[in-house]
Amino acid sequence: MNDFSQSLQLIAAEEVLTVGGLILLLAAAWLGDRSSKAISIAAVAVLAICAFIAAPTLGEGLMGPETVAFGGQYTADAFAAFAKLLIYLSAAVALMVAPGFFDRHGAMRAEYPVLILFAVLGMNMMVAATDFLTLYIGLELNSLAAYVLAAFLRTDERSAEAGLKYFILGALASGIILFGMSLVYGFAGSTDFAAVRFVLSGPLSTGALFGLIFVLAGLAFKISAVPFHMWTPDVYEGAPTPVTTFFATAPKVAALALTMRVAFGPFGAQVDAWQQIVIFVALASIVVGALGAIGQANIKRLLAYSSINNIGFLLIGLAAATPQGASAMLVYLFIYVFMSVAGFVIVLMMRDADGQAIESIEDFAGLSRTRPGLAWALLAVMFSLAGIPPLFGFWGKFVVFQAAVSADLIMLAAIGIAASVIGAFYYIKIVKIAFFDEPVDRVAPVTQTSHKVILAVACIVISPLGYLLTPWLGSLADKAALALFLIV
Amino acid sequence: MDGFPILSLMLLVPLAGAIACFFVNAGTARAIALAATLADLLLGIALWASFDIGGAQWQFVERAELFAGFGYALGIDGIALMLIVLSVFLMPICIAASWLSVKARVGEYMAAFLLMEMLMIGVFAAQDLFLFYIFFEAGLIPMYLIIGVWGGDNRIYASYKFFLYTLLGSVLMLIAMFWMANAAGTTDIPTLMSYDFPAGAQTWLWLAFFASFAVKMPMWPVHTWLPDAHVQAPTAGSIILAGVLLKMGGYGFIRFSLPMFPDASAQFAWLIFGLSMVAVVYTSLVALVQQDMKKLIAYSSVAHMAIVTGALFAFNVQGLEGAMILMLSHGLVSGALFLCVGIIYDRLHTREISRYGGLAINMPRYALFFLLFTMASIGLPGTSGFVGEFLSLAGMYEISSWLALVCTTGIILGAGYMLYLYRRVAFGEQVNADAAAMPDLDKREWAMLIPLAAATMWMGIYPESFLAPMRADIEWLDQRIGASAPAGDAHLALPSAEARAAAIEAAHEGGAH
Repeated sequence: MNDFSQSLQLIAAEEVLTVGGLILLLAAAWLGDRSSKAISIAAVAVLAICAFIAAPTLGEGLMGPETVAFGGQYTADAFAAFAKLLIYLSAAVALMVAPGFFDRHGAMRAEYPVLILFAVLGMNMMVAATDFLTLYIGLELNSLAAYVLAAFLRTDERSAEAGLKYFILGALASGIILFGMSLVYGFAGSTDFAAVRFVLSGPLSTGALFGLIFVLAGLAFKISAVPFHMWTPDVYEGAPTPVTTFFATAPKVAALALTMRVAFGPFGAQVDAWQQIVIFVALASIVVGALGAIGQANIKRLLAYSSINNIGFLLIGLAAATPQGASAMLVYLFIYVFMSVAGFVIVLMMRDADGQAIESIEDFAGLSRTRPGLAWALLAVMFSLAGIPPLFGFWGKFVVFQAAVSADLIMLAAIGIAASVIGAFYYIKIVKIAFFDEPVDRVAPVTQTSHKVILAVACIVISPLGYLLTPWLGSLADKAALALFLIV
Repeated sequence: MDGFPILSLMLLVPLAGAIACFFVNAGTARAIALAATLADLLLGIALWASFDIGGAQWQFVERAELFAGFGYALGIDGIALMLIVLSVFLMPICIAASWLSVKARVGEYMAAFLLMEMLMIGVFAAQDLFLFYIFFEAGLIPMYLIIGVWGGDNRIYASYKFFLYTLLGSVLMLIAMFWMANAAGTTDIPTLMSYDFPAGAQTWLWLAFFASFAVKMPMWPVHTWLPDAHVQAPTAGSIILAGVLLKMGGYGFIRFSLPMFPDASAQFAWLIFGLSMVAVVYTSLVALVQQDMKKLIAYSSVAHMAIVTGALFAFNVQGLEGAMILMLSHGLVSGALFLCVGIIYDRLHTREISRYGGLAINMPRYALFFLLFTMASIGLPGTSGFVGEFLSLAGMYEISSWLALVCTTGIILGAGYMLYLYRRVAFGEQVNADAAAMPDLDKREWAMLIPLAAATMWMGIYPESFLAPMRADIEWLDQRIGASAPAGDAHLALPSAEARAAAIEAAHEGGAH
């Protein structure tokens, strides 16, 4: 019984989310859409409480048996806390930017914050799962909320299409993961990560290898890594922009954290089996993400390819298969979240005089003369995504490649960094359109204060000032990575 | 000056100026930019004056643990000092050169230039491997904007080419830096300069650094970005590109490739020599047929830089000193030549050589300055070019007669294309009425040309001022790389005193018969 109460203490953040989400759901049903703003604020407050609960775990670098709940199904360690904090942050941004967008379409509904909260709950379970079944429940809870969110603009055909596509491909991915899990269970006789790791520590049988590959393939779907990336541009383009902001950040953090947990947990003794796959997927994502982006005319599709490209760089840290690599991934994720938020908030701010969203890149022409503030923010985001110093995006690539070189993957690092030059081409193309071309003056002044504030904060982080965060960020990421590697 | 963070201050002044320039109107931005660059020039002079020649190898050292993974470490030796002085000397001239010709988005333009100045000083002052890399790469962003926003008609192509070429060149260097930091356990450049990397690894590391510096330098055949970038950039952009940015390549060789990988440098000296020889002859011939003044000077820059690379890898003191002086001289002279082109471009808005002619008649003062810099570019004694080229060729001759021979043809061809340019622009009939009506220099142009002319003559007549701060560092470098120097084909050993006396005696005896 004592054990049970300790478990309940460990999942305090999840409890707050569950109870908060349910109460807000009732409130939404009772008060209707008029209350959507108040419910959004309440949802942000719930996320803030959760962040306060999770922060000490990370600060103290908790790990080991005292963080394991429910007999090994759940682990609330520093690694989970790091991912959770990033997820809360991303979700809070998605909540704060939403009213400005949906109000214009007359589509702000009180379900939006509630769905976000449930998605966050699912993601919390994903990053803390140390059992295949917990993992699957978290994944599905997150996905179901996400499918609805993608189709949130009911009157917009593109949004409905995005929701349907996301659902079908997401369901397929879930099926693949489930199939892989069943194979692993069949060969290992357990769904517990530690037990699976113990059983699979010798030579790997073909069946278990298939299980591993299927699980990783399903996760590659979720992080939109090549060759399972096809849904990303369509969903990013079709989904309402605040939802796209959410998809580009929180679920990516959760799915990548989950991938790390699975790769170093149950399959941690079989690094040789998955390392080559990860190397291939990483390089393919970098190249396909870069080449695919070149022909895009829609900024949201372009950012989708950019996120595929970034996932490739993140996976280089995974390929290193060292605590340094894991720490580098977490640092990169932190920076990636801020870059994505800044990028999508800029997209949200691009509106013409009638309030219609401008998504065509051509319409940015000469933005630096008509809307200089926005143009310089765009420049910072683009050079940051391209990884050009002194912007902070460079630091993400820096730590990841450093980890790869330390793990003696020099060829991978050399090819990956050379391929990053391909990506630089389309980032500087956007800068060229905004700065060198003749102005078309289609973008109207920004009125949303919340958007301005979020963009300003994100831009300060990705500016060279971000380097002052590196000692703090590095030590937190190291703590989290140590917790991840403790499972033995 | 002990403990006073003068290098940080030199970084901070242009940075503060750049931020201020974003928020003010055109006139104020010009004034702020000029004030900031002049302040940095004064600081640079103070730096030179308080540099202790013959003192510690690294002076004005600053260190702070601000970041994870790398340190904020600044410090300079004589080589870095001279390049910093060159940068801060050219910057006020750049600002003055754009005083009237830049009319659009002046604040952003001045901000971009001030950021460039900060990054250039940072490159030469950085004592941490990764801090160096950040400064080195960050320069791409302002330069991309300078070419793309304020450049000529074909500016977009030129800006893409500049950005992607230089980025591709330098990313592999980053991977090499990771490997070095891992192997040596430090990111401190002075420590790494004395660290002996295993010979096998040196080959790869050297090639990775070579990719970056060869593009920056630029060496044939990766020089093709330079003519495009030079021609399309505004005048001040060309001055900075030719004057300082190209020197980052040479600085990279002298700071990284040679001391850190001496064995690989010796192993690949043939590659450098081969590329340099091709570049000297080929780009000089290309320069000879150019119709565009800026393109001609751009190709002449490639040829001069090829002499620099040949001299750097000559593995002797003359070569290293010559390369350094030639870099400084080229910074002044090519900057001045671009300025001369800019002065008449501002009047007639064309760079076509055939549109000018006979300028010595209506612009005699201009023609005089242009002649001086033409001569300095050729390497006439009394100008800075002579000192640099003479020392470089002397150094090269010690290691390879063929190299010296081929590179000397570059001087001859250089005289050819520069005099041919000068004849077409300044002498001859005044066939174009609009060119004949151009007014001579105004006060602002005088103020820009006089310091450049004075510095060119000073370096030509008394080069010791510039060589003295670098001497100890070059000697240190010569000793560091001396053990792995490749065998030269010259046998210069002077006969010993007794042998000489015996020879004289023998001659006397012979005469007695």
